[in-house]
Amino acid sequence: MLPKQTGEKYLLSSSPHAHGPRTVSSLMLDVIVALLPAFGCAIFFFGLRALLLAGTCIAACLVTEALCRIAMKRENSIGDLSAVLTGLLLALNLPPDLPLWMAAAGGVFAIGICKQAFGGLGYNPFNPALAARAFMLISFTGPMTTWSSSAWQGLDAATTATPLALVKKGAEGFDWSQVAIIKNLFLGNVNGCIGETSALALLLGAAYLLCRRTITWHIPVSFIGTVFVFAMIQGGVPPLVHVLSGGVVLGACFMATDYVTSPITAKGKLIFGCGCGLLTMLIRTAPTGAYPEGVSFSILIMNAIAPLINRWTQPKVFGK
Amino acid sequence: MNAIILATLVIAAVGAVAAIALAIADKYLAVREDPRIGLVTAALPGANCGGCGFAGCGDYARALVAGTAAPGACAPGGDAANAEIAKILGVAAEATEKRVALVKCCGTRSEAVRVGDYNGICDCASAASTAGGDKGCRYGCLGYGACANVCPKSAIRIEDGLAVVDKRLCVGCGKCVSVCPRKIIELVPASATIHVLCNNPVRGPEVTKVCGVGCIGCHLCEKNSGGKEAGHFTFNGFLAHVNYQNPPTDAALVSKCPRKCIREDAHFETGA
Amino acid sequence: MKTIKAQFGFKGGVHPQYHKDLAAEQPIERLPLPKTLAISMSQHLGAPAKCLVQKGDVVAKGQLIGERNGFISANVHSPAAGTVAAIEPRMGPVGNWTDAVILETAEDQSGEAAFMPPLDWKSASVDELRARVNDAGLCGMGGAGFPTVVKLTPPPDKHCEFLVLNGAECEPYLTSDYRNMREHADRIRLGVEIMRKILSGPAVRIAIEANKPAAIEAMEKAFADIDGNVEIVVLPTLYPQGSEKHQIYACTKRLVPPGALPISVGCVVENISTVAAIADAVEKGKPLIERVTTVSGDGIVRPCNILAPIGTSYADLVAFAGGEKEGVRKVISGGPMMGFNVPNLQIATTKTTSGLLLFTAASVFQYSSEPCINCGSCVRACPMQLNPAYISRAVEANDIAMAESFGVMNCLECGACSFSCPAYRDVTQFCRRAKASLRAAAAAAKAKAAAAKEGLKV
Repeated sequence: MLPKQTGEKYLLSSSPHAHGPRTVSSLMLDVIVALLPAFGCAIFFFGLRALLLAGTCIAACLVTEALCRIAMKRENSIGDLSAVLTGLLLALNLPPDLPLWMAAAGGVFAIGICKQAFGGLGYNPFNPALAARAFMLISFTGPMTTWSSSAWQGLDAATTATPLALVKKGAEGFDWSQVAIIKNLFLGNVNGCIGETSALALLLGAAYLLCRRTITWHIPVSFIGTVFVFAMIQGGVPPLVHVLSGGVVLGACFMATDYVTSPITAKGKLIFGCGCGLLTMLIRTAPTGAYPEGVSFSILIMNAIAPLINRWTQPKVFGK
Repeated sequence: MNAIILATLVIAAVGAVAAIALAIADKYLAVREDPRIGLVTAALPGANCGGCGFAGCGDYARALVAGTAAPGACAPGGDAANAEIAKILGVAAEATEKRVALVKCCGTRSEAVRVGDYNGICDCASAASTAGGDKGCRYGCLGYGACANVCPKSAIRIEDGLAVVDKRLCVGCGKCVSVCPRKIIELVPASATIHVLCNNPVRGPEVTKVCGVGCIGCHLCEKNSGGKEAGHFTFNGFLAHVNYQNPPTDAALVSKCPRKCIREDAHFETGA
Repeated sequence: MKTIKAQFGFKGGVHPQYHKDLAAEQPIERLPLPKTLAISMSQHLGAPAKCLVQKGDVVAKGQLIGERNGFISANVHSPAAGTVAAIEPRMGPVGNWTDAVILETAEDQSGEAAFMPPLDWKSASVDELRARVNDAGLCGMGGAGFPTVVKLTPPPDKHCEFLVLNGAECEPYLTSDYRNMREHADRIRLGVEIMRKILSGPAVRIAIEANKPAAIEAMEKAFADIDGNVEIVVLPTLYPQGSEKHQIYACTKRLVPPGALPISVGCVVENISTVAAIADAVEKGKPLIERVTTVSGDGIVRPCNILAPIGTSYADLVAFAGGEKEGVRKVISGGPMMGFNVPNLQIATTKTTSGLLLFTAASVFQYSSEPCINCGSCVRACPMQLNPAYISRAVEANDIAMAESFGVMNCLECGACSFSCPAYRDVTQFCRRAKASLRAAAAAAKAKAAAAKEGLKV
């Protein structure tokens, strides 16, 4: 029989007994909030389609996450909002006219294969949204690269081909010096994936994340900087066209900065960002390559190298 | 046609060069290993439990052949393996009795006081160093499973806040003994069936404050088993301990213990 | 004497909520002598003192009851006149069980105290002063309890160039050093002059965090007319500013190498309350038998700063502070960042008990850890510039050698990593576990080597 106990039991834990305000879900919420301007632009330019795509992806991610956790006999983890974020990021990386079942398949793949199969948040080696996008790009190549204008609600007639497709095709005689192109790219008045079009909205979100100290400047700056410098050295297409088109800003500020799959130290982050920028430009401009766009693949490749970078860039102990 | 002949020749030439290199390497770079190492390794059970203190059976076999280790350290292999090894090495074998781990605590969640709600790493050493552990008894099993985590045979489970050893699975490697921060696991002869499942040597009143099944050193077990002369029990402070040189066999002792801390094996063999 | 802003900041650190306002304006109050005291023989870093009394002995106030036992050890004195009721193991604030002298205090405390003879520090020799610091059982009162005399005895090849006084008190809630600086500035000044003499005239740096303007002012006033190289260094408010390595860097730009003591770079760091105790030991002959403890937290009716004899039970302190509020859920000995949880209020204070905090369920967080998401918060927060995320993952996988390769032995256990971890991982506890097992392994290896040497001799 249990001896009688006096008084209420105290909580026993190791120090520290205080905790900062940050939690995993608050970090995820920060990123979701930061994506809202871009999502707003997507709805503005692509209307109901954007909303439908995002809803489908998020729902698919949440359901897959919940089912996986049940199957794995682990506690439910949809409360940490990471599945919502993955769904939203995936949707922003899809072309507007993609059939909804394909979007759902992408969401299932992102969570089921790319995240929970590895053990859940924290263990996935690749960014789930990007890995799913790569999967879809290979599986549904046609629909994933059709920038149809049917849903387009742009302000004025924009080119149906994305600027990068023009770069790849080598649109000779195309006058890149038009200020309007840069302006349209910056505001998002172009075709493309629903979330990557407006650099302005994305930069607003990135500024929010930087102010909240949810992300550090290292990856976005080194990524975009490398793309800019590469394009400048290469000449021809204005560097700003490269920076503002094809998801560089979305990738640099929201995808490459994913905690789990990027290096942990500042130095590592700089190397990581430079690598992403370099690979992006190599894929984009390689004359033998088939892809006009390289952000997804460059980040995925760098994801694979991230553990190695971490090994190289351990911080130096204070006093040494 | 020419291309086919050329390819055949190239492959043949590469093959010939590689074969010669291998032949040379085999002759000049060969490592002669004592054949007895292979024999001894084969005689060991191959559990790689590490209980002998070496990194697996192969490592122990090398040490045995080199003469830096003595036969008899392999608990899982038992006497059969030791005799076999002794025969291979040509030394006299010493008979060892199979020993198994015993967790000397029976203070489950419903029997022993917990003084706080521990919140932290699920590890006994960490829990023990946080305010001295959340169990009221500072000699008792904390139940955070450090022993279960190191057990190579999965012979330890945590049941109701208490580590329980399954005697049939235990090979007596002793890893749990060294990892327990409370030092309450002991290797005992597998043939012994009656045990004192308590490790608290302090005075009775102190024990009853923190545990419903703690030994208070009343010596009733000694009296009931034929007195001090019979020598079935030894005492450390206010704690009875089975004398495993001469263990008691009378199952009636279990029901006669007023503190219910003398138990038969059956207690820690539930489930499989 | 001048006041300067710290020139050299360290990377990392966190900003916990300080809550110092609860007890900061409460003057130090003296606790009426409790009926029983439990004086531990192990209140300092290093070997426990050797107990000199037996059950039934009558002791006088200030009488030596535990003798320094080894190089890193300290004397223990009786805080009051009384009778030894028992000598038994008691749980200390850090959860360790050590022998304690249970003293029934006498009703009549008017008898003569067994203090040491007062010393005139100006005429006394350095050796006399050093012996006094040793005899008085002084040890660092900030938390670690390093014996003061060891710090004041630099190895022959080392010279102390800077004496750094630690008045940072960067732990939230605690205000005992703050009150000492405001109320006993003259004692601190005297202590500094004595320490300067012992250490043959080092420059003095008094390090105080910027959030304590009243303490800075009090120190400025007390040290206004002191000669020699004395500066008050105002540190930015940042946790863990009280770490001695970081204070040395802030005051002198010198870096203490990993594993080395401050004296290796010519510095001695001492807690400000200890300095005041040195003055008492020399001028009044009074050993270290009482200290100021901040009793605070939202579970305390009247947060305050109490001057209590060493060995006072926490229950007595809480009763003096107006008692506890309904629903206390957590009791911490020390500050919330580095303090220790205790399971009950029967535990007694030691020389290092700077605070006693009671928290109700409203301000206590209970958590379940999630996997590391690699966010790097801990890497940015770590003042030692370690990689706590990787260390914690290595320890979690039971790879202590890997944790060692990440430099876990440099960890201060300041708690900045756990504080900032969004996944509520027990990062600090993982580091502590790795350090404990590495220390145990080192001790075992040392014992083995010693045994082998013994064997050779035989």
